[in-house]
Amino acid sequence: MGLNLEVARIVKGYKDQAVLRECSFCFEPGRTYALLGPNGSGKSTFFRLAALLEPPDSGEVRYWDNGVELPHDLGLRRRITLLLPRIGVFNTSVFHNVAYGLKIRGRRGQEVEDRVNDVLGRVGLFHKRRQNGLDLSSGETKRLGIARALVIDPEVFFLDEPTANIDPQHTEIIERIILDMKIAGKSTIIVVTHDPAQARRLGEYLLVMDNGRIAPL
Amino acid sequence: MHSIIYGFIGAGKLILTINPELLAIILLSLQVSGSALVIATLLGLPLGAALAWRRVPLRGLVISLMNTGMGLPPVVAGLFLYLFLSRSGPLGFLGLLYTPTAMVLVQAILAGPIVASLSYAAIVRVDPVIRQAAITLGATPLQEVLTVIREARYGIMAGVMAGLGRVMAEVGAVIIVGGNIAGYTRVMTTTIALETDKGNFELAIALGLILLLISLAINVGLRFLQRLGRVRTGIMLWD
Repeated sequence: MGLNLEVARIVKGYKDQAVLRECSFCFEPGRTYALLGPNGSGKSTFFRLAALLEPPDSGEVRYWDNGVELPHDLGLRRRITLLLPRIGVFNTSVFHNVAYGLKIRGRRGQEVEDRVNDVLGRVGLFHKRRQNGLDLSSGETKRLGIARALVIDPEVFFLDEPTANIDPQHTEIIERIILDMKIAGKSTIIVVTHDPAQARRLGEYLLVMDNGRIAPL
Repeated sequence: MHSIIYGFIGAGKLILTINPELLAIILLSLQVSGSALVIATLLGLPLGAALAWRRVPLRGLVISLMNTGMGLPPVVAGLFLYLFLSRSGPLGFLGLLYTPTAMVLVQAILAGPIVASLSYAAIVRVDPVIRQAAITLGATPLQEVLTVIREARYGIMAGVMAGLGRVMAEVGAVIIVGGNIAGYTRVMTTTIALETDKGNFELAIALGLILLLISLAINVGLRFLQRLGRVRTGIMLWD
């Protein structure tokens, strides 16, 4: 089935400035959502809270699996992931960057080799697997970030501006990867974008972040 | 001039024939400095990491003490350890004075702040986004720390090499707590000092040349690590 995500009346502010104001929404498993909104509207803050990187000042982020609410522990954190706007490439090969999520889960040997190679093939970086991740172009770096997430099969995948500051060719490749995930329907995908056309191409549901709240468009 | 020429010729003979006395002194030096470096790293790296990781109490003071420790005069370190280990000192009952263990301890005291300071500097320089990436990929808190340390690996190794450079060339502290006992606590630097006093330049020059070679190797190693950090080879230290 997958995970249901519900955010209920979450409030978050920094230095007396409210960013999210009683923001509520329910995300269904296996669906793809595109979240639009101007700079500073709270999209990235919402992602950080929904991906359990930070707690809200008030309100709740709830994950449900078959009607059972899950505690916010490592087990849950390992079922969701967030692609940050800056990827944070490790100073090692492309292969080891992608293998990271599997290795910290205790996976070893041929399984890691096979899964990493498969994902690298899907994002078109197989031929660069021995190269250092820090030497990739910005478009390739985004694809590396997506590969690192894909290899761990996240049930909820937050992508924060996955095509920001990259050329149209890489944008097309990344959109294709997201659309493949959408067709597979195994993950809930929530993409932040500034581009309404891209939001329509990627999302089944279009949402807008306005004045600290999420609303359907 | 005569003594210099004959000194170098004699030194060459000692090195080429692998003189047993020379070899024993070199091995003891490496053993003492190597052990000291292991202790300094085991204590210095976690301290540097802890200081870089979160706001521990008296963090500023600890960092200042660490930086002061980097410039600690070896004879002062030797003097204080001597006072602690001497018969009337608080640790006199251990009977460690004039043993290789005392020499290891004093060298660890000298290398520890260097390893800790340079590890701290290397870890604190790691981009915070690395830590966030590790969390988003499902790292436990320990895996998060290890990931950041791994990113700082070249800087940390440079700190360890700098620590080795300091202790290998050190003479004042080890002579105070080690006593320069032949075949027991006599290391390269103390032998050079003693043999020079005696006018026996052959052994002193031979050891001096070996010490220069070790120092050169350390510096080449440091440059190699700096280059590795720059060109990002993708070598994994733990995997």
